[in-house]
Parts: sequence; C-alpha cells; structure tokens
Amino acid sequence: MVLDPELKKQLEEKARLIRQHIIRMINAAQSGHPGGSLSAVEILTALYFQIMRLDPAKPRWAERDRFVLSKGHAAPALYAALAERGFFPADKLLTLRQLGSPLQGHPDMKKVPGIEMSTGSLGQGLSCACGMALAGKLDEASWRVYALLGDGECQEGQIWEAAMAAAHYELDNLIVYLDYNRLQIDGPISTVLNPEPFPDKWRAFGWQVQTVDGHSLTEIVAATEKAQASTAKPNIIICHTVKGKGVSFMENEAGWHGKAPSDEQAVQALAELA
Amino acid sequence: MKGKIATRDAYGEAIIELGRELKELVVLDADLSQSTKTAGFARLFPERFFNIGIAEANLMGTAAGLAAAGKIPFVSTFAVFATGRAYDQVRNSIAYPELNVKICATHAGITVGEDGASHQALEDIALMRALPGLTVLVPADAPETKQVVRAAAFHNGPVYVRLGRSEVPVINNGDYEFKLGEIRTLRPGTDVTIFACGLMVSIALVAADSLQAQGIEAQVVNAATIKPLDPEQISLAAATGAVVTCEEHSVIGGLGSAVAEILAECQPTPLERVGVKDVFGQSGPASKLLDLYQLTARDVAAAATRAVARKQP
Repeated sequence: MVLDPELKKQLEEKARLIRQHIIRMINAAQSGHPGGSLSAVEILTALYFQIMRLDPAKPRWAERDRFVLSKGHAAPALYAALAERGFFPADKLLTLRQLGSPLQGHPDMKKVPGIEMSTGSLGQGLSCACGMALAGKLDEASWRVYALLGDGECQEGQIWEAAMAAAHYELDNLIVYLDYNRLQIDGPISTVLNPEPFPDKWRAFGWQVQTVDGHSLTEIVAATEKAQASTAKPNIIICHTVKGKGVSFMENEAGWHGKAPSDEQAVQALAELA
Repeated sequence: MKGKIATRDAYGEAIIELGRELKELVVLDADLSQSTKTAGFARLFPERFFNIGIAEANLMGTAAGLAAAGKIPFVSTFAVFATGRAYDQVRNSIAYPELNVKICATHAGITVGEDGASHQALEDIALMRALPGLTVLVPADAPETKQVVRAAAFHNGPVYVRLGRSEVPVINNGDYEFKLGEIRTLRPGTDVTIFACGLMVSIALVAADSLQAQGIEAQVVNAATIKPLDPEQISLAAATGAVVTCEEHSVIGGLGSAVAEILAECQPTPLERVGVKDVFGQSGPASKLLDLYQLTARDVAAAATRAVARKQP
C-alpha cells in the first residue's frame, strides 16, 4: 500500500524528532551509539507509530504486540520512540546512561515501561523474540512479535540457531527487521567477517525474505503488511540503511558507531535535523 | 535406606505432575530428552514441549522469551551445557531480567561416569551461584527432587536445579516437605557439623555412622538450598565448632565456598572441604570415580576427624 501523504508527513516528523532526541541524549551522556541508532529510526518510527498495536497507558496490556531490540546498543532510538509514543515523559531522555536513570546504556525491561526484553549482549534478542512468538502461538493470540537485528550481529551463531528454530516452529507471528547499514565497530561488515549474502542465507534457513529501503517509511510499512499476511513462515525484512543517517558527518562512518558528539558537533547535527 | 532412584527420574515425574496442575508450564530440551527425562512430559503434553535441538544458547533465550510472555519454562539439558555453553544467555537473558525460567540440569557432577570430563559439570554451582537473583537448589534424593521442582515452579524468579544421572539412595520419606531457603539437620551431633548437598548427603550419613563408632558425634545437615544461603542458619548449625562440607563439585565456588564465606565473616570455625580438588574428571564407572576423587564416606569421616582435631580447646 501507499501511505496516505498526510500520515507519511506525520511519520517523517516523528522520525526527525527521534533523531534530534538521539543526538541530544548521546551528547548529554557523552557516551552511547549514534550510528546504529540513527540508521534504525524509520524502522522504529514505522513500528511505534503505524504498525504495532500498543497502549502506552497500559504497557503490560496482554494483547499488545511485542518488540525486541536485539541490537540493544540502539537503545537511544528505542527510548526516543517510546517517549514520543507516550510511554514516559520525553524530559527523561536526557538522563540516558546517568547514575540512577532507568535509561541504561542497553535496554532493561525491569526499568522502562514498553521495553519487552533486556538486551545488549548481541545475538540473544532473536531467541527471546522466538520464545514470545511460541507463547503467542500456544495461546492462539492475535498479537505479533517484532524484532530488530543488526547486520554485524548476524555474525553471532545464536542468530542462526534462532533462525532455524523460528522456521521449524513456523513462527509466522514473528517479523524481523535487519538494520543493514553495512558497518560495525571495526569497519565494513564484509571486511571484518562477511555475513553476506543475507537474502540467500535467511531464505535457506526457511524464512520469507523481503528487501526494502530502510529509510522509506512507505516501503517498511508495505513490506510489513505483506509479512503479516504470510503464513507458516517467519518473516525478515532486510532494510538497507545508512549508518549515522541524517547527520552528514556521521553518515557511513564506522567511527560514529559508539562515539558521542561534542557540544559543537551536536549543534551542527541538530541544525541539519531542524 | 529405601532403594535407589536417580534424581533425574524424579524430575521427569515431577514435571508431569506439575504439567497437569499448571497450564502455563512448558518444557524445553536440547536433544537430550531421553537422558534428562523430559521425554515423558513431551509424550503427554506435546504442544507444551519444545525441542530446540543442539543449540543451548537459543534454548535459554527461547525460554526467556516464553517466560516474558507469561509461561513457566522448565529447561533441561546436561549441567555442563546449561551452565557453561549458555552462560551468557543465562546471565543476560534470564538472570538479569529476573525472568521466571527454571533451569533443571541433569548429569551434574563426576557420577556422569563414562562420558568423561567433557560432560562432568564440576563448576556449575560456582557459575550459577555468582549470578544475582538466581536461586540454586541441589536435591539429595528422589522425594526431595519432587519437592524442589515443585518449589521451583511456584517460586517467582529464575531457579537452577542440579540433578544427577546415577541412582542415589532414597533418604527422605514420601511426606517430606522442602522449604526453599531452609537447611535441614538430618542427624543431630555435637562434635562436628557436616554440610552436604546432592548425593553427598547420603554419603555423609554413612560417614556419621562410622564416626559414631569412633566416638565422634557428627551433625549432618542437608543444604539443598545453596542460594540463598542464610548466614544465621549456617552459623547456628556450625555451633559444634568444627565443620565439613561435602559436594560432588569442585571445592572452588560451590557449597564449600558458600559455607566458608559465611563462617569466615560471621563465625570463624575450622573447616574441611570434601569435593573435587580443582581438577577435571575422567571416564570410568561412577562408583570408582567417587573413590578416585575422594568423595566417599571414608573421605568425609577423615575430613571430620581433621576438623575435630583443629577445634579450639
């Protein structure tokens, strides 16, 4: 489907606000992961403002859709999306990584409403999402499970253990997004340890695979609707993204994986995102 | 003694009984369901049994997800894989988020026997005990295993239950009631206190008999709850002034360490630790391995004699 132009405009505005939050949070903390947070913004915007069935007033509502951020270091993007969606006040965002803050460096499900799984040690979130999806199947529930993986994260063997299990148990209530920004800490994923080709690998593991522009809200939503309609197979939507998207000096730079912008850089970044 | 039953067999029966009571109870295994005795549950409740294959990391993560969605997952594989192979998953996906997962690992300790050192978990208690919020339970016999598994099911939070492959003597009656967090004196004595867990409890009871023949009255305490371990109960039980710990586990990090930590801080007491002395095991019949690694009643009695000799006059 094509997004209604007015809705698309609203979603793009949310994405812009989330990017601004990410820069402000990581600048305030002087620590965090801007590159992989910025690359995932449209995916999270589509999920939290269009795709997922949620009620911020009832974060433990039994019929809610679940989301697992398997690439837990993109926590700033998730916190910003949750705050914008109304799970907690946006002024909390600037406490990221501070002593006593619920906004831990990586997501803690016990501390933040709307966080469904504590993640951070890469490769583990997909298994947890599979467990949730199995529970949903067992209960014949209508809610779905969504998960976001990093591309470098696919170097973890556990991802492929989970990929096998999801297909074996026919988890068609599980939809996974791969943030394919092509960079990890030490450089291009293909240089560090090549996990490609992704579509062939996931297909061989028994998944239905789609590939989209990960910064196109329209494409993300359309692919998700197609995934929701499929049966008997788990779904992955491979999202081609740009690490550091939206901030010129961060784009496609592995160095911005886990580095905080200085005050001066933050001013420039926010000017670009204004 | 009332015969011998492996604790893994009692576990297999316990999850079937609990499965009938608790609709939210699910069981996961990693291609060892015949050995871990989850196969019986799988036959009766196929829709609530998930074989995850030989993939222990995913096994633990899947259990975490099921728990996050309200299920009560019982997860079984061999102790060496549950605690070693999947340590980071147990740590980050289960213990850190305090998810309601019950890790019931079988084939713990040296009595795995013929499979040898690669399969003999001698450090699993140490690994699990170090994780905040994880309850660690080591039942001594079949009736206690049934009670321990039931207590784990009704306890809200992650639990590690250590089970064995070999048949062990039944020392408790069918009406035995386990209380989580409680250590239990099975035999009173005034000269020395023997803390034991798992199959070493029955061995400690035999040792106490032989000590009595030498004129030493040994108190035997079953420490089925290794964590949380109550300092007050340990100090009270150690009032004899001499202590021995016995476990089918390394002397590093298990029951012996837990008791030593408490006594050193609260009530310094001469202590002798019976356990595997910081070495890997090897293949062989279980009984011969217990001999070789000095885990017999004779070894426990000798340790008790040494502890008594070290008592303050």
